[in-house]
Amino acid sequence: MYMSGHDHDDHSELSPTQLRVRALETVLTEKGYVDPAVLDLIVEHYETKTGPHIGARAIARAWVDAGFKAALLADATKAITGLGVAVGEHLIAVENTPARHNLVVCTLCSCYPWDVLGLPPTWYKSAPYRSRAVMDPRGVLADFGVTLSATTEVRVWDSTAETRFIVMPPRPAGTEGWSEERLATLVTRDCMIGTGLPRQPDEAAP
Amino acid sequence: MNGVHDMGGMHGFGKVEPETNEPAFHAAWEARVLAMQRALRFTRAWNIDMSRDAIERLPAHVYLSASYYEKWALGIERKAIECGLIDADEIESGRALRPGKPLPRMTRSDLPLASTRGSFSRPSAAPARFKPGDRVRTRNLNPPTHTRLPRYARDREGAVEAVRGCHVFPDSVTTAGGENPQWLYTVVFDGRQLWGAHADPALKVSIEAFEPYLEPA
Repeated sequence: MYMSGHDHDDHSELSPTQLRVRALETVLTEKGYVDPAVLDLIVEHYETKTGPHIGARAIARAWVDAGFKAALLADATKAITGLGVAVGEHLIAVENTPARHNLVVCTLCSCYPWDVLGLPPTWYKSAPYRSRAVMDPRGVLADFGVTLSATTEVRVWDSTAETRFIVMPPRPAGTEGWSEERLATLVTRDCMIGTGLPRQPDEAAP
Repeated sequence: MNGVHDMGGMHGFGKVEPETNEPAFHAAWEARVLAMQRALRFTRAWNIDMSRDAIERLPAHVYLSASYYEKWALGIERKAIECGLIDADEIESGRALRPGKPLPRMTRSDLPLASTRGSFSRPSAAPARFKPGDRVRTRNLNPPTHTRLPRYARDREGAVEAVRGCHVFPDSVTTAGGENPQWLYTVVFDGRQLWGAHADPALKVSIEAFEPYLEPA
């Protein structure tokens, strides 16, 4: 880590990073710009309330409800807001088909649809992903154990502005008659980024 | 700015390494940094483009070696100092040495707002110049300041796929030019247009391009 310029033998000591972040919070608090109790609530929100379960619920709904699917593809912000979830403007859902696989990246920073997928995983923010996704997406997919047909178009969406993208994968075969709730257990975070495929029925969480 | 943050198409960073069951945060301080970033939005002292610009201006070796939340912390320090909210000696001493400025502070009732993205849509001053299907070429722009046109997609021909509304223009708002709202488009390129004749023929890449980045092809 950059801020941790040197190692500490005494583990009871705070690292330089911890000290510097603590100093920043103290100064911002004493000067009246932030309230630590409100910071606690923000942390709680990101640790317990947001997450890919929100996106998964929308995808599962689209799998069972053609009207909702059309609404999601037309305006994902509006459609998911209709499920009672607060979603930022310009969320765009893109559909995977046998002819086309979508993959989302932000090469310039790490833009990510937080409100429907939660905090981005470290790999999404990493140099390997950001550098390779636009040039060698099949190589990136191989890192995730995903192989597509050579004729399947790979469409990479570089999130260079305040639009955000969520991938809608096709409903796995063998799930006829499944409830929306059960279908949602097949929708992984990675399949909504495009680096994974949905779980198959025999891989479903118990 | 042609910085190391503009990573699309670079070689040498190795494999993508997913972490199984990754926690929301890997250390408590990361969560504090995220919370400060979200809460400071309410001071309106700077916007998200200015945050990104501050991080991009970190020295290249720092950008590449710092973790994500370390970069955020350094970006917050920089913006808070540049905007006159705090002074460098206060960070060093770990306490406030002077009174703060009277700025709005986030409260509990703002919490729902803090969890959704801000709105960057703005009314347009003129009709959109391009429509879906139009062939366009990205300009060969190399500003030393903040831009959202990645290097790999400069001076390349593509097609407008969608018009995404009119938004705050990052290149302007980070250089004291005001919000200067501009139309935003999804512009899609063939892989071979970006990466040459040997690129995957079944690859297409799109960027979200502001109108000043584009000219008719």
